[in-house]
Amino acid sequence: MTTENLLILAAVIFTIGAVGVMLRRNALVAFMSVELMLNAANLAMVAFALARGGLDGQVASFFVMVVAAAEVVVGLSIIMTIFRTRRSTSVDAASLLKL
Amino acid sequence: MTLLETIVPVAATGMFSWAWLMIAIPALAAALLLLGGKALDKVGPTLAVGAVWASFAIGLALFVSLLGSPVEARAVSVPLYEWISTGQWTITAGLLVDTLSILFVLLITGVGGLIHVYSLGYMAHDERKRRFFAFLNLFVAAMLVLVLADNYLVLFVGWEGVGLASYLLIGFWQHKPSAAAAAKKAFVMNRVGDLGMTMAVMAMLALFGSSAFTAVNHGIGQADQFWATLIGLLLLLGACGKSAQVPLQAWLLDAMEGPTPVSALIHAATMVTAGVYLVVRSHAIFELSSAASTAVVVVGTVTLLAGAWIGTSKDDIKKVLAGSTMSQIGYMMLAAGIGPAGYAFAIFHLLTHGFFKANMFLGAGSVMHGMEDDVNMRHYGALRKLMPWTFLTFAMGYLAIIGFPLTSGFFSKDHIIEAAFEHSTLVGSLALLGAGITAFYMTRLMLMTFFGEKRWLDGVHPHESPRVMTVPLVILAVLSIVAGAVMNGWIQGWLEPATGAHPHEVSWLPTPIGWATMAVVAAGVLVGWLVFGRKPIPTTAPATVNPLTIAGRNDLFGDAVNNTLVVQPTMMLADGAVGVDQRVIDAGADGLATMFTNLSNRGRRLQSGQVRRYALGLVAGVLLVGVLMILSQLA
Repeated sequence: MTTENLLILAAVIFTIGAVGVMLRRNALVAFMSVELMLNAANLAMVAFALARGGLDGQVASFFVMVVAAAEVVVGLSIIMTIFRTRRSTSVDAASLLKL
Repeated sequence: MTLLETIVPVAATGMFSWAWLMIAIPALAAALLLLGGKALDKVGPTLAVGAVWASFAIGLALFVSLLGSPVEARAVSVPLYEWISTGQWTITAGLLVDTLSILFVLLITGVGGLIHVYSLGYMAHDERKRRFFAFLNLFVAAMLVLVLADNYLVLFVGWEGVGLASYLLIGFWQHKPSAAAAAKKAFVMNRVGDLGMTMAVMAMLALFGSSAFTAVNHGIGQADQFWATLIGLLLLLGACGKSAQVPLQAWLLDAMEGPTPVSALIHAATMVTAGVYLVVRSHAIFELSSAASTAVVVVGTVTLLAGAWIGTSKDDIKKVLAGSTMSQIGYMMLAAGIGPAGYAFAIFHLLTHGFFKANMFLGAGSVMHGMEDDVNMRHYGALRKLMPWTFLTFAMGYLAIIGFPLTSGFFSKDHIIEAAFEHSTLVGSLALLGAGITAFYMTRLMLMTFFGEKRWLDGVHPHESPRVMTVPLVILAVLSIVAGAVMNGWIQGWLEPATGAHPHEVSWLPTPIGWATMAVVAAGVLVGWLVFGRKPIPTTAPATVNPLTIAGRNDLFGDAVNNTLVVQPTMMLADGAVGVDQRVIDAGADGLATMFTNLSNRGRRLQSGQVRRYALGLVAGVLLVGVLMILSQLA
């Protein structure tokens, strides 16, 4: 398990997340893709921390987790509300916020 | 040219420290009448009349007191309060009671008082009578400020005050569009003159740090001659505006839209003579600059002929008198411009003119009162039997203005003509010519109004005016006759402390020029009688090809000249400014705004509401930044 391998894995996971956000219409799936991207970032930070022998990256990843948890709370409740009113979780359908 | 010695004012004591009451009483009455509302409708006019006579009484007491003082104490300064105090200047509002100003005070309050009494009858049926009397009192107060001021700035306050009162009173019958327009015209043309006044005062403050008469008179002697010329010309511009002298004469004829007592008080006896007062008061400045004093002479001579010319061809009785007023003020200006020899004569003629012109204006008002407010002399005729008092008093005014021997105009006008001949033969001859024309048009007015056969319109029943109107006429008529003889020989010595000493023999017997004047006047009367006295006068003005008559009927095209020279260019400038504003400035601002609107309309299409597209934008942006960083690393 070299740092390089870890970073490649992180990049792959991040790319999967990013492509997922861009391609999937289902809001829940898009949300999960966002989580993938966050975790890919966490993985990269932990990998760097490991390589450098410091704790900075690991501490930062804890912060990212906390933020992600909070984000999930807010994001899921928004998706719930949208689903209740529109009977759909398609992000394409929820396109009213425009000029 | 040497500066004449005028005396230095002494500090006020006793009665003189109450001189401000002369101004305060009519000002207070005006305020009361304006603010008092309908409660004062009945008593208001009487109150106003009383206020003016109270001022007259104070003025008379001061006059008697000055008469009793030694010559060197015949100028009293009455400081009132510190008006403006800045780092550089301290301007105190103060009054100057001297031999010159006290004569004006007596003229303003005396003639003004008589005209107030007359107005009681003339305006009896006007429902806005209280307001009329309030304005008259306001005028008297402002005019007294003007003549009693001891510095140019306070004088200017009165100057503007009389301008305001004149505006309000010309436009008193504001339901008539012509009256409203005439008031506006007077106001605007006076502003042109005021521009000269303000610039003169500013120049004085800048040069001498003070606008007091004593300081300016003293300072101008040390200053460069250029400044004397400049200030003199600026003051002359102000005087031209207020006194309706060429080139600012056009407003006076229209000002006749006001009620006739107003024409008598403001536009004949007092306010329009303020310009002459200003020139005489500023004699120290004009004496130092031959250019400025020559300008005064030229303006006076031109105006005395222009006014007389207009007087010969008008059919409106008030406009004939207005032209005549211009002409007579021209005489005063001429005298004031001649220099030391003329000041006393200018003031002398001003006083006698105040009497006989007020008399004739009020007489014209009395005629109009009996003729249903018709002013066209072609509808008059044969009024001498029906209006005996008006006729007799008017006839005395007539004799006085043409200079019939021993009447007041005879003394005052002959002196001016003589002084003009001493000054230059050309000016003297023109003044003599003016006297002849004056005799001609006044004879025409008399014949058309009081003689001949009746040419009254249907339903007009001429009648004599009530006594409240005829009594002031009688008093003024008596003054028109005797004032000249009373003041002749006295007024020069009396005015010496204010205008400087100047030896000048005043003979009681006519000089050769005096005989010539009488001959010219007799010729004028004779021509007038030959033209208008022998055959019936048509009731409509006959068509004429005589260019002199056409020019006279059109006020010498004064309005046309003003329109072409001033109004049209100003309008064009304004139109041009509006065009630039709309087509350049507004268009620029609007174009910029339109550009941003279009740009935003394009830009808002990016905001599609499609979350996935935003995500694509984010990723693309990050990729772009990444690629750029890599490229910059490679470079």
